Amino acid sequence: MPTVVIPPLMRKFTGGEENITLPGATVREVIDNLESRHPGIKERLCEEDRLKPGIAIYINGLLTRGSLLEHVDADAEIHFLPAIGGGMAKPSD
Amino acid sequence: MAEKKEYKVIGTRPIRHDGVDKVTGRALYGADFQMTGLLHGRVLRSPHAHARIISIDTSRAEAYPGVKGVVTAKDLPDAGDKVADLGEGAVNLKHLCDNILASDKVLYKGHAVAAVAATSPHIAEEACTLIDVEYEVLPPVLEVRQAMEADAPLLHEHLKTTSMGETADEPSNVASHIQHKLGDPEKGFAEADIVVERDFVTGTVHQGYIEPHNATAHFNQDGQLTIWCSTQGAFTVREQVAEILQYPISKIKVVPMEIGGGFGGKISVYIKPVAALLAKKTGKPVKVLMSRADVFEGTGPTPASYIRVKMGATKDGKITAAEAYLAFEAGAYPGAPVGPGAMCIFAPYSIENVVIDGYDVVVNKPKTAPYRAPGAPNAAFGSESVVDEIAEKLDIDPLEIRLLNAAKEGDRRADGPIHPRIGCIETLEATKAHPHYTAPNGKKHHGRGVASGYWFNIGLESSVTINVNSDGTINLIEGSTDIGGTRASIAMQAAEVLGIPAESVNPSVVDTNSVGYTAVTGGSRTTYATGYAAYEAAQEVKRKMIARAAKLWEVNEANVQFADGEFSCINGKEEQISFRDLCAQLGQTGGPIVGSGTVNPGGAGGAYATHVVDVVVDEETGKVEILRYTAVQDAGRAIHPSYVEGQIQGGAVQGIGWALNEEYIYNAEGTMTNASFLDYRMPTCLDLPMIDAVIVEVPNPGHPYGVRGVGEVPIVPPMAAIANAIYDAIGVRMTELPMSPDRLLKAMGKI
Amino acid sequence: MARKSHVQTTINGETVEFLCESRQSLLEVLRDELHLTGAKEGCNNGNCGACSVILDGRLVNSCLVLGVETEGKSVETIEGLAEPDKLHPIQDAFLENAALQCGICTPGFIMSAKALLDSNPNPTEHEIRYWLAGNLCRCTGYDKIVKAVLDVAKASA
Repeated sequence: MPTVVIPPLMRKFTGGEENITLPGATVREVIDNLESRHPGIKERLCEEDRLKPGIAIYINGLLTRGSLLEHVDADAEIHFLPAIGGGMAKPSD
Repeated sequence: MAEKKEYKVIGTRPIRHDGVDKVTGRALYGADFQMTGLLHGRVLRSPHAHARIISIDTSRAEAYPGVKGVVTAKDLPDAGDKVADLGEGAVNLKHLCDNILASDKVLYKGHAVAAVAATSPHIAEEACTLIDVEYEVLPPVLEVRQAMEADAPLLHEHLKTTSMGETADEPSNVASHIQHKLGDPEKGFAEADIVVERDFVTGTVHQGYIEPHNATAHFNQDGQLTIWCSTQGAFTVREQVAEILQYPISKIKVVPMEIGGGFGGKISVYIKPVAALLAKKTGKPVKVLMSRADVFEGTGPTPASYIRVKMGATKDGKITAAEAYLAFEAGAYPGAPVGPGAMCIFAPYSIENVVIDGYDVVVNKPKTAPYRAPGAPNAAFGSESVVDEIAEKLDIDPLEIRLLNAAKEGDRRADGPIHPRIGCIETLEATKAHPHYTAPNGKKHHGRGVASGYWFNIGLESSVTINVNSDGTINLIEGSTDIGGTRASIAMQAAEVLGIPAESVNPSVVDTNSVGYTAVTGGSRTTYATGYAAYEAAQEVKRKMIARAAKLWEVNEANVQFADGEFSCINGKEEQISFRDLCAQLGQTGGPIVGSGTVNPGGAGGAYATHVVDVVVDEETGKVEILRYTAVQDAGRAIHPSYVEGQIQGGAVQGIGWALNEEYIYNAEGTMTNASFLDYRMPTCLDLPMIDAVIVEVPNPGHPYGVRGVGEVPIVPPMAAIANAIYDAIGVRMTELPMSPDRLLKAMGKI
Repeated sequence: MARKSHVQTTINGETVEFLCESRQSLLEVLRDELHLTGAKEGCNNGNCGACSVILDGRLVNSCLVLGVETEGKSVETIEGLAEPDKLHPIQDAFLENAALQCGICTPGFIMSAKALLDSNPNPTEHEIRYWLAGNLCRCTGYDKIVKAVLDVAKASA
């Protein structure tokens, strides 16, 4: 099952737990399962069925396009990190 | 993929394809664009750093002979509360629009307020002075710590701090707070034999590209908008203009002209939507150019920052814990690069216990824009100075302590992700082996310093199309504007696949109607991602050519192999044909061949750099002179080594300027008092020695040739390297940038 | 509108006539009136050297010269440097040394280097750095530019 690394500023939802392993084949499924285990966390990550501006998803250390449809491997490690540049344009020079 | 092998084209140094145009003055940059009936636009800018706009009266300007149109924020569509979707990121549309033309408030000196189109630039300039703007002047906030205070004047009445999705109740100048945490920092510091903690302050600096921003726009009668401009990304211009004008992207064509430097500063749009508004209003093409003062005062600098770094180590040099506090000035609207600064600050090291807090804070300065490894140089100035101090206090060689703690494959970065194959150790080893590091260095007031830096590099979308010519050459169509020789580095990767010389590729950078979506030239991504797309396109050409050879020889495709530019039959027949000769047969074997490649690769490889610098400090004047400079960097694979060296040298020199001279100097009212190249002093060639660029190649497994991207990381180490060299020279730790003569004299107790 | 003056001058060996306002700089005249856009505007106040041209044998920032001042004089610009089928040796050296990245400062550097080598065909590295200090480049760190000029000097020695 994929492992979600909970951002430090969201660990109050998980009682301080840093890594949570739970089922899901897409980012959406993982977040939904996270929400049913730790209510309130989805609202911090998503709005209107998309990821909030300012939040980026890394799967196995690689920055994704930030889509909830993104596929997640069974042994994947998922990070929710602050989007680079505060959400402005592209994380680029 | 990516193992060491011999290449025919990669690693050679051909003349760049656009070279002749650029040494003869023929290359057309944005400001060189001419068109029949062209009008000239100029922008009126705020004289105040912080003020409410009470009224704008444009009637005198409109009546001035030669004036054809005046626009203000009223001519922009109502932004409302919408979030602009700019592909990957999302941004408050009102902030985006207000930075183009201020609606209710001006938030920095130089903030655009109105614009005029006239029959000559001089008339447009004169007409700007006839626009009457009534302001209610407000107190400015010019420094990040001041802006974070509870009673600081607010720039935005509705801005509230967000922390990973949670929004605070009260308005604040702090737009966001981020945090990364690894392990147990408290425990880590308890295990340390030595703890060093210092505060650092860095100034506001500008990208300093020599070509000012420019844009020419024309609206056809059918509603088709065309924009000719210098930009790092034609597609991002299209997206931003579409959002700001609320206009469909299908009706906007952006034609990228040659670009005179960007370094991150030519991604955000400023005058492009203004040119479009003026073109709409006048029905004529309008060219808007910025002056140098406009560029300094009205376009993105990179943030000033306040940084606190604390690191602990055991007496044998093992770093046990690290803590950082980063407060970055976003300028007028949120979006400082504190995120990447926080991701990069401790990335050269493998540290188990880390906590990093970052704050994005608005102040009354221009909205900051990316600048070469945005955020990382500020951060590294702090962390690399502290590492140097720990090494000195423990009496360990500064490279040895870095090697002892060096990040390697499999280590976890403080922000979470695990490092793939990286070249941190190899870069440090190469630095240690360089003769510069062991050269004598003992004279009075002479010093040597080292520092390392990390930048993650990015991938993103690129598209390339290849058309095969009958004479054995190919035309390569790309969407990446060429700021430093990327036509060559991309063409060379296609040439390598097809076994043809680099000179047999004709690369063209084309407009947004003529190539697939391509993200900006930036993020050290162009040779990596657009090169990857060129590789894919060339692979498609190769596959199609193999099919043609099979057809010619009446054999199965599986019986055709391609190596060293020759197709040959491997089963039965003794057939062979070169790429060039087969190209001549395209007509007979089925017609033209086109190959295309589109990528959005996730495997951008992080880049490490370590710099060594020798300085001498003039005790009487406080001036620091750079005597010798060596910059070592992992490029993954250097496609065109000359332009890799060029990136390293250029980045190092921008860092030297940042370290020693460059800063926005403000008066109490918030006016930049040095908005010219005379007073904002960038390095000249007389200020510098040769810069020895040393390329290390640890191939990136995420690219077919191992490319990592090279543009950004060379600006990360210089500030700390020079500070450490100054310490070695005079025994004073400099913690404020720039380390200008006045600050040196103060630090030495001379004034 | 200001009344225009008639000016006759020599540009790259050709006699040229143009009309310009008194306030127009030589840079504006070259770029906007004569469409010789090789000289670039980087600062318009003489600090970056991107607009460098040679006026009666002397290197000038064309943004600091008025168009009307060129009456009866001779102007050399980047457009006049190459032969029809051959680049000038300085242009070749810039290409061979990869002495340009974005290229916006390149015409100015090449004209500046030409003015130096015309008067001092074999300069030292320090002399080159001193002479070229009036031209700003933000991309290259100057290393390869200085090497290109050294190469030309070596070849002519």
